[in-house]
Amino acid sequence: MLRVAVALLVAVSSVAALADGQQASAGRVAMPRITIEKGEACVAPTGEMRRDHMKFLLHQRDRTVHQGLREPRFSLKECVDCHADRASGSVLGEKGFCASCHAYAAVKIDCFECHTPLRQRESAGMTGKPGKTQ
Amino acid sequence: MSLDRRQFLAWSTAAAGAALIPSLRLVELAQARSPQEAVSSLQRWGLLIDIAQCTDCEACVSACHEENGVTGHGRPATDAHWIRKVSLRDKRTGYAQTLPLMCQHCAEPPCVDVCPTGASFKRDDGIVLVDKHICIGCRYCVMACPYGARSFVHEAVSGQKADVPRGKGTVEACTLCVHRVDRGETPACVVACNRDGGAAMLFGDLNDRSSEIHRRMRSEPSRQVRADLALNTGVRYQGL
Repeated sequence: MLRVAVALLVAVSSVAALADGQQASAGRVAMPRITIEKGEACVAPTGEMRRDHMKFLLHQRDRTVHQGLREPRFSLKECVDCHADRASGSVLGEKGFCASCHAYAAVKIDCFECHTPLRQRESAGMTGKPGKTQ
Repeated sequence: MSLDRRQFLAWSTAAAGAALIPSLRLVELAQARSPQEAVSSLQRWGLLIDIAQCTDCEACVSACHEENGVTGHGRPATDAHWIRKVSLRDKRTGYAQTLPLMCQHCAEPPCVDVCPTGASFKRDDGIVLVDKHICIGCRYCVMACPYGARSFVHEAVSGQKADVPRGKGTVEACTLCVHRVDRGETPACVVACNRDGGAAMLFGDLNDRSSEIHRRMRSEPSRQVRADLALNTGVRYQGL
């Protein structure tokens, strides 16, 4: 009986230790903190945006620079205007929409070496709509 | 209902006329291009600068740098300049002139000829630009430009304007305020010159016969800087 009790205790404690270990390792990774500041929907479904946003931006940049087509849909300026952090007004920084996810994915982001990461339009349409956190 | 020949002709003429009216209107509105419409070679943007009206002020320079977020580090040898005032003086007579010099937006731009990556290009409407996404910063264009119009960005840039991205390691020059032109506006230097300066600068479509710039260029003498190079510049000078 005593032997069974000891075995049970060891099993329970080892499971607890394992769970602790998992939590700790998850805690070491800086999970992206994605807060949608404005609006309900992006210009394309979320999955598509996550997969292909860089392709949209690449395509749009060539159309804008070479052909003078300044369509708002995939314009980087519009991305920043919607997604900039409410407090800092930027998509960079710890809570920045772009920077937090790119840090998690370990993908260097070059856009903001030249482009401004700051929101230009002052919170138009942001009033009353609570930010959605994923 | 039966139509006689005369009535049919009258009606069809009226219908054709009605159909023509919107297209005439389109010609009028051609200047204000919609964001969904690509630039076309039907237009060629240019400047006409009357040096007799150009005063000693630097309104165009400061307006340009303000509009495009061009800031220096107090190092004139390496700081970017998109437009500068050049002083000319006749050694014999002492007659002095001053004129603004910027990218001349050549029809045959040497900077485009030498660019190894295609970053330096001429837009269909005649504006010569650098696509900084593909510029590798080799500075061949800086050497090729006979007007010294291009600058290299030597140091990291912050506080850029949203419409005017600028970054270290790329070449840049006057864009003829392409972001304003795309909105149907006039370049910042021209606005400032008309407001604070001597109203020496005129912006317009060199291909549009009804434009003021076209009217003046066909009725008054004007010159290109270094016309001997046959670059067909988009920026023309009067009184040089």
